[in-house]
Amino acid sequence: MRDENKDVLIEFNNVRVQFKGKGKKPFVAVKDVSFQIYKGETFGLVGETGSGKTTIGRAIVRINQTATGDILFKGRKINGVISKELDREVTRKIQMIFQDPMASLNERSKVDYIVSEGLYNINGFTDEEDRKRRVEKALLEVGLLPEFASRFPHEFSGGQRQRIGIARALIMEPEFVIADEPISSLDVSIRAQILNLLSDLQKTKGLTYLFISHDLSVVRFIADRVAVIHKGQIVELAETEKLFNSPLHPYTRALLSAIPVPDPRIEKKKQILVYDPSCHDYSVDKPMWIEIDKDHFVLGNKAEIEQYREMLENPVAMHNTYAML
Amino acid sequence: MKEPILSIRDLVVKFNLRGQILTAIRGASLDLYQGETLAIVGESGAGKSVLTKTWNGMLDPNGWVESGSIMFESEDLAKFTTEDQWLTVRGKKIAMVFQDPMTALNPLKTVGKQIQETLELHQDISGEAAKERTIGILSQVGISEPEMRYSQYPHEFSGGMRQRVVIAITVACNPRILICDEPTTALDVTIQAQILELIRELQAELGTTLVYITHDLGVVANVADRVAVMYAGEIIEYGTVEEIFYDPRHPYTWALLSSLPQLGIKGEPLYSIKGTPPNLFNEIEGDAFAPRNPHALKIDFVKQPPFFQVSPTHFAKTWLLDPRAPKVEPPPIVQAMQSKYKEYAI
Repeated sequence: MRDENKDVLIEFNNVRVQFKGKGKKPFVAVKDVSFQIYKGETFGLVGETGSGKTTIGRAIVRINQTATGDILFKGRKINGVISKELDREVTRKIQMIFQDPMASLNERSKVDYIVSEGLYNINGFTDEEDRKRRVEKALLEVGLLPEFASRFPHEFSGGQRQRIGIARALIMEPEFVIADEPISSLDVSIRAQILNLLSDLQKTKGLTYLFISHDLSVVRFIADRVAVIHKGQIVELAETEKLFNSPLHPYTRALLSAIPVPDPRIEKKKQILVYDPSCHDYSVDKPMWIEIDKDHFVLGNKAEIEQYREMLENPVAMHNTYAML
Repeated sequence: MKEPILSIRDLVVKFNLRGQILTAIRGASLDLYQGETLAIVGESGAGKSVLTKTWNGMLDPNGWVESGSIMFESEDLAKFTTEDQWLTVRGKKIAMVFQDPMTALNPLKTVGKQIQETLELHQDISGEAAKERTIGILSQVGISEPEMRYSQYPHEFSGGMRQRVVIAITVACNPRILICDEPTTALDVTIQAQILELIRELQAELGTTLVYITHDLGVVANVADRVAVMYAGEIIEYGTVEEIFYDPRHPYTWALLSSLPQLGIKGEPLYSIKGTPPNLFNEIEGDAFAPRNPHALKIDFVKQPPFFQVSPTHFAKTWLLDPRAPKVEPPPIVQAMQSKYKEYAI
């Protein structure tokens, strides 16, 4: 499963996250998920509301506790009980960018404090001058002016606020950034700017991203590899183009068919596939997480895997509007 | 050409915000044809919602129609002043579906009652007959077990189901025009596809004229017959959906299409529109898009362009279409769309 040429930065081994549900039965938000994120890549995680995609992100930054399984960061376990030093390192090296820049910035603090709050938490600066210099650098890096530091969040537009959110992550000099729907609440024209900024920062700083989104079209543009998650389980994982050109799992195919494409000719004659979870018969033959093709993983039982293999051999049989784009 | 069902001429809408006057719609003209689906696209603040709100008297109290006309069934809606007048149109003839089904419904009333209310208010039925109609409408919008669902509260419905209820309320009176303001933005893609399909089916069944307000150009490609692009309170280009996607002429439409990640090339930066939309508190001179337009001509900063005709159905408000203007090639993504269209033709 491991690719020898690539450094693994984050690794999930059978991770389960559960919450107290109604009655005694816990609600399992993430069901025994395993995957790896390589250093320097953008890993897209796609799913619908309630699929558990955000919970995975939150489990990495230790907001949600895991029930079972291991989360490794550079080979060291970071879930459960860990040492103070490791906790400090994780806090610093793993940062998050949130969805709604209107809600994620403290209205009562100045930008200066918002951006440097993380530094305060870990005593990450030597003196006041050093802190100011870092804030200035972070603001410049995200395309804002240093003088904005003395302003309050309400003085900024949605796109600028998202830049502040990114600056707050950058000041910690992270290696790994979790971007949870970073452009969903932004206007179309601003989205492009933020996507460009994220990929520039990745190039200059060698960042690794976990890009969480419900929007497959954005993920296709930005991600190197994509995992599709449904009801707490990753059902398919592959290199982006592979996933879009030969989706195997019926849920992935349904999801792909449902995305509106900005091309009327394609859009008006496309057929939408509907995913019916009862199409799987897992009563006897249990599903497994299989590498069906190089770097292409899919969840299925023996009979299904057989079927998926046939699909891979006969690409003509695949009906997928996205391949036409 | 078909008769327009609604025609707007030179509409100007202003708002008073703490003593300052904001011009939200700066002279828009538009015809809406019977049975068609028109999509209005543009950035936030372009005036998409405000434009449609003037059709059923839903402008906020600090806003008013300054000038222009909105002709609907030989009446000028722009001249309506009293709530009584609006009640003859709103809901009954021109209805609206809002973005967020979580907030559009009353959490304290059962879903059935909320639909029935509309029927009793606008159509002359009540009691058992109204209940029966309500249950009929619920099943019409694809809600299974309508009798049971009738007496449930909104919180017992999922997002997609709630949006179906909102649609049920709006179609209850069989309106002539249905305005869908970002109807699927709050929903998951698979649910979105179902809701769009539902609206399409209802349209085919009832012959409703649809207006979609959206910033998702994928949805536009899916639903629209015609598209109007708005920028800074003006309609700057309109045409059939194919004309707008495969042969856009206004630099703003170019910019909008070019900034889509779906059409972008991986690894290359996306085109992003420089600067910000103009401040609508100020008087705008010339073409409102000129300061952000890389193809702006000198005249763009001085004089507003008129509409130039591209085809009998396609018009764009840009000086680039003037015969005297220099020839400007559209950006690569738009050219790719053009050549793709030529391939379709073969």
